[in-house]
Amino acid sequence: MNEQKTPLLEMRHIRKNFFGNQVLHDVNFILHEGEILGLVGENGAGKSTLMNILFAMDSIKNTGGYEGEMLIDGQVVNFESSLDALNQGIGMVHQEFSLIPDFTATENIVLNREPQKRSLFSDLFGDRMDVLDRAKMDEISKNAINRLGVPLESDMPVNQMPVGHKQFTEIARELSKDSGENAKKIRLLVLDEPTAVLSEKEAENLLTAMKKLSSEGVAIIFISHRLQEIIDVCDSIMVMRDGKIIQQVENKNVEINSIANWMVGREVAVKENTKRAFDYDKAPVDLSIKHLWVNMPGEVVRDVNIDVHKGEILGIGGLAGQGKLGIPNGVMGLYPAGGEVTFQGQPLKLNSPRFLLDSGLAFVSEDRRGVGLLLDESLEWNVSFGAMQVRDDFLKKFGPITWRDQEAIEEVTAKYIKDLEIRCTSSKQHAKELSGGNQQKICLAKAFAMNPKLLFVSEPTRGIDIGAKQLVLNTLRKYNQENGVTIVMISSELEELRSICDRIAIITDGKVHGILPASSPSSDFGLLMVGKGSDK
Amino acid sequence: MMNKIIDFVHKAGLPRIIIGLFLFALFVIAPFVGVKLDISLTNVMNRFGMNCVMVLAMVPMIHSGCGLNFGLPLGIISGLLGATLSIEMGFSGMVSFLMAIVFSTPFALLAGYGYGKLLNKVKGGEMMIATYVGFSSVAFMCMMWLLLPYRNPTMVWGYAGRGLRTTISTEGYYLHVLNDLLSLKFGGIVIPTGMFLFFALLAFLMWAFLHTKTGTAMTAVGSNPIFAKASGINVDAIRTLSVIMSTWLGAVGILVYEQSFGFIQLYMGPFYMALPAVSAILIGGASVNKASITNVIVGTFLFQGILTMTPSVMNSVVHTDISEVVRIIVSNGMILYALTRKSEVAR
Repeated sequence: MNEQKTPLLEMRHIRKNFFGNQVLHDVNFILHEGEILGLVGENGAGKSTLMNILFAMDSIKNTGGYEGEMLIDGQVVNFESSLDALNQGIGMVHQEFSLIPDFTATENIVLNREPQKRSLFSDLFGDRMDVLDRAKMDEISKNAINRLGVPLESDMPVNQMPVGHKQFTEIARELSKDSGENAKKIRLLVLDEPTAVLSEKEAENLLTAMKKLSSEGVAIIFISHRLQEIIDVCDSIMVMRDGKIIQQVENKNVEINSIANWMVGREVAVKENTKRAFDYDKAPVDLSIKHLWVNMPGEVVRDVNIDVHKGEILGIGGLAGQGKLGIPNGVMGLYPAGGEVTFQGQPLKLNSPRFLLDSGLAFVSEDRRGVGLLLDESLEWNVSFGAMQVRDDFLKKFGPITWRDQEAIEEVTAKYIKDLEIRCTSSKQHAKELSGGNQQKICLAKAFAMNPKLLFVSEPTRGIDIGAKQLVLNTLRKYNQENGVTIVMISSELEELRSICDRIAIITDGKVHGILPASSPSSDFGLLMVGKGSDK
Repeated sequence: MMNKIIDFVHKAGLPRIIIGLFLFALFVIAPFVGVKLDISLTNVMNRFGMNCVMVLAMVPMIHSGCGLNFGLPLGIISGLLGATLSIEMGFSGMVSFLMAIVFSTPFALLAGYGYGKLLNKVKGGEMMIATYVGFSSVAFMCMMWLLLPYRNPTMVWGYAGRGLRTTISTEGYYLHVLNDLLSLKFGGIVIPTGMFLFFALLAFLMWAFLHTKTGTAMTAVGSNPIFAKASGINVDAIRTLSVIMSTWLGAVGILVYEQSFGFIQLYMGPFYMALPAVSAILIGGASVNKASITNVIVGTFLFQGILTMTPSVMNSVVHTDISEVVRIIVSNGMILYALTRKSEVAR
């Protein structure tokens, strides 16, 4: 790296908080022309927030902006909108495609920047009657495609393309933006997990294209979970965790192991006294899952085999989109599923939530507001509803009709409000008025009220603050110890799993990639997460 | 004091207070322009009693998240079938009314079941589909009224001897059976006690139902169907049940209406019956997925009150008979107003 040159992009002391939740702590980094920077980190480490700041996305501005300064070519810049970023020659390819399916590659590439020809009508009615200059459009898109150096047919409609070509179309569009009138030449390209949807061959093509661009002087920020790619292609590697930059190193003799360790290893030491030795020989298998598949969009489960022992807390971890969330949602009948699942020796009928609830299973969904709560109803309703419907609790007979037992409902709600320290004005308050942490506790109370034999808890600490997190985890642990209830906990946060689980299974690509005792070093889990390490 | 007023306004809702004050103003003006207050009050109470069961019919479908029952004509047609069958059989008095309910019940259950199944297939677009279910059922019955083999001479066309007339009198059958039941007279004011009691009974049953396990499930389905599904509830079955209940109440509602009104209106009669009921419950403060018995009572009273009072007061003020014009302007204006209020509380 030539340290004398002015860096293309420099970020200084960038801090950002969302409603008091600090997601970026003092981030500093430098990017030079033509450099490929690999950005890695777990979900929620702050990668996306950082990129959103770079692009002046509305989500940043609407939540109070950011602190610190951003320099381009040594000049402090203050982007008002993403357009300013584009005009500075910064392009971004998002994880989700934003392409028009029925348009060809060319049409998508030059969309809204089409070169125009004057026609008879434009003389009569003004510029809005200009016609598209098809030949020129083709030339622009071919140029961009050639720069990428990939085989992409410019006249193919997007909906007929393989997914890799869609990705290339997106990148080509960013590249072609230097043909605009006031836009600078594209100099910095952000690729957010471009290879996640690609096959190996396509990914290789993309990496080659990236190297080609870099040799032309385009700097690239490459976000990926595939660490091997990062090592293959990047000049330097930046690892983020909990909103901080943990490591920024040049890509020389870096090993996957150390990256994985930086990614997940946290300073937070697990308290020794919370650890327990679970005796697997004495505990019978409670829930046995064989060849489970679940068709949950974005979290597809392909073939999961796992045995859960009675009384244990089993953690299920893995990166987003690998299928860990599909397991509870499939077993509990919320998404189409198949396979053999037996609970305490009885085969379970899948795809029938009622049957599963009747069998003594309960589920705290990761989608609190969508699945977990009746937002427009009182806390009493939220806590008692499941038990009322499934177990006929909180009902009383009055003549020929059986109806809600208001007293019993108030009593049980008051009990959980006290036990779980739920902050609310009264048990009549609507669920939507509570904070995320308290909503989560209501979800737990609902599940506890059903007296389940086995409890699935999915992402119990997502989006809640640290204090509430600890309380939720302690509650789960306590509930498990006091009532002997088997708990299967799914979480993206490995440290959280390690702090309360007995064993942790890591899911990659819809399968169990490995199961380790929670006391294993975190680098082992990190390796499993990124698809390395041996199957156990 | 100020806080209390603000609190009250907030609780009751500004639209209801404005409409309530307007209605009150009409009552105050009425004696000065020569409209007899006792007759007006009697009229308002009558119209309230006639319509409130049909407004009550909105409640179950709102609770289960099927939206407003624009398909009310389907229930009304079931009621009309019951009414004409009861007359055809020659029952009279209270028995005639009760038999009309009995005869209309199987039609309402069947029609409601099919209608419910249909609405389950069009989740998200219920209200649009419901409107057309209502309209097309009216069109279909326009043919059936002519073809069905009714024979009772008080009902069929005189010259042909078959095919039902557009308007059939309930006189001699069940005219005013509820109105006159235990009715009270204070000077010129007549209170149709029987009709009120009948509504109170249905409203109580509805209230009680909503406090049962199934009723609780119905509210939960409307509030968050995914939550309900995750709690092991058969969402489609609950929705169908709510549609059946709504259709049956629509059938009973039209019978209550007829016994007070004095006529059975066939053919295009049911065509526009859904909108006043929908408007009344919206004005009463219900939203697309929340409604209470109070909403029904307040809404029906305000809507029917305005509808009764405005034309008579206006007429007396301008001394020309424009009552029909005013009635149409006011009723459609109220409907329009109520439908715009809807978005305010929609999810």
